[in-house]
Amino acid sequence: MQKPTIAGVGFTKITAHWKQSLKDLASEAAVKALNDAGNPEINAIIVGNMLSGIINGQENLGSLVAESIGLSGVSSVKIEAACASGSAAVMWACLSVLSDLFDSVLVVGVEKMTDVTDNEDVTSALATAADYDYEVFFGATFPSLNAMIMRSYAKTYNLSPEDFGYLPILMHKNAVDVSHAQLRFPIDMDGYLNSPMVSDPLKLFDCAPIGDGAAALVITKKDGAKNSDHLVEIAGFGSATDTLATYRREDLSRLRAAELATTRALSMAGLESKDFDIVQIHDAFSVIGYLNLEALGIVERGKAHEFVASGDAERSGALPVNPEGGLKARGHPVGATGVYQIAELALQLSDRAGPSQIENPNVGVAMNVGGTGSNVFVHILRRVE
Amino acid sequence: MWAYRLNIPSHWRLLSERYRLAGGYCENCGHKMFPKQKICPKCGSEKIKPVELPRRGKVITYTIVQTPPRGFEYYTPYILAIIELEDGTRVFGQLTDIEPSEIQEGMEVEMTIRKVRVSGESGAIAYAYKFRPLE
Repeated sequence: MQKPTIAGVGFTKITAHWKQSLKDLASEAAVKALNDAGNPEINAIIVGNMLSGIINGQENLGSLVAESIGLSGVSSVKIEAACASGSAAVMWACLSVLSDLFDSVLVVGVEKMTDVTDNEDVTSALATAADYDYEVFFGATFPSLNAMIMRSYAKTYNLSPEDFGYLPILMHKNAVDVSHAQLRFPIDMDGYLNSPMVSDPLKLFDCAPIGDGAAALVITKKDGAKNSDHLVEIAGFGSATDTLATYRREDLSRLRAAELATTRALSMAGLESKDFDIVQIHDAFSVIGYLNLEALGIVERGKAHEFVASGDAERSGALPVNPEGGLKARGHPVGATGVYQIAELALQLSDRAGPSQIENPNVGVAMNVGGTGSNVFVHILRRVE
Repeated sequence: MWAYRLNIPSHWRLLSERYRLAGGYCENCGHKMFPKQKICPKCGSEKIKPVELPRRGKVITYTIVQTPPRGFEYYTPYILAIIELEDGTRVFGQLTDIEPSEIQEGMEVEMTIRKVRVSGESGAIAYAYKFRPLE
């Protein structure tokens, strides 16, 4: 069986794009990816997006995006899986190509989060990733649910507030020279510890920022690709769900869906966790980043902070993590994030990542988390020799 | 946005849960759940009957919200917690009659009914369970 292959990559800078609409961002990223792939014929478009109906008053993104890039006529839909919408779109594009019914599929992850009048609106919109009737009704915000996971994890493994600071500090350091990143400035431990409390014990600097962005991929089969000089193979993928509500999980200090998705992706790829050369984790909140590293089988449970503090996760370390700055500093336009992760991996695995390029990676993995771990997608990418 | 203003049927159809902690009991394996589901998450049985859950329990974990969604500004800061009831079933809600500095994991609490949210000046006022410390 021929594996799905990434033939083209494109994305926008992540920032508050006051001058650009959701459609502008999606079409910019899409055109870049199509050009990068040598403009193959596209059979279908899959759009990853979470909040367009709530924030932008716009659904039916399949039709919107197709028309915006002159592709009205092709099959095109939006896929939603909360913050994992982007990688959900990638996975269904892979399945489409593997079905042999489509040769080339365009994936576009897009989120336009700043078209709101008040921050409370974004807070409420993001909370739709949780269980409305049993969590959000009672005043739960998305950060508050992750804060409970953080408190629980810290208690289970006896972690200090500093222990959660290592990851955001590294992410900010990585993003400084990344031109598409949103927060290109370093932070230190004092800055982290003194950042305002969002939902105790979760601090502002534990949280990814709000921003606008779009990322796109052309997924095809290796034999059908027009530009063959930078192809990257999607060797395996897996996804899994857990309870929608956080309170309905027995163990709050692990992400079972993330573990399941990892097992499935590794099995499809015929690889083991020790084969990873580069990792993209979903550090929307510091604790979720740590739980990703543990679910991926990279570190023992409760030891992720030691791994990051040791320097092993740096660009020059034993196993670089989020060399572009991750969700925390590269940015987290929610429905686009999973596509950014995979696009960045594809650039790394074809030696096109610029200043963030790590040395000769062969296998990379991306973990994208929807909700507080209720819907998780893992993609494993491999260099094409 | 729709979520800011409470739709009355969406609250009304859950009143037995929100006023009395009505959950589900699996007649096959004995598992209790909140809310009641169609299929038992433990054994897969469809034989689920309604049951009123115990009103006392303990705090498993909690957070203090400083950045509220729309409609909760008045209550901020407020405490959200996961409660394990006496039969082991878990529920989620606000703590009340307590200062943030007083709360601890493992603390014993009991259910009470309080105003949970309002929807502007003319919208529905919703009452539902909150949890307060046991005397």
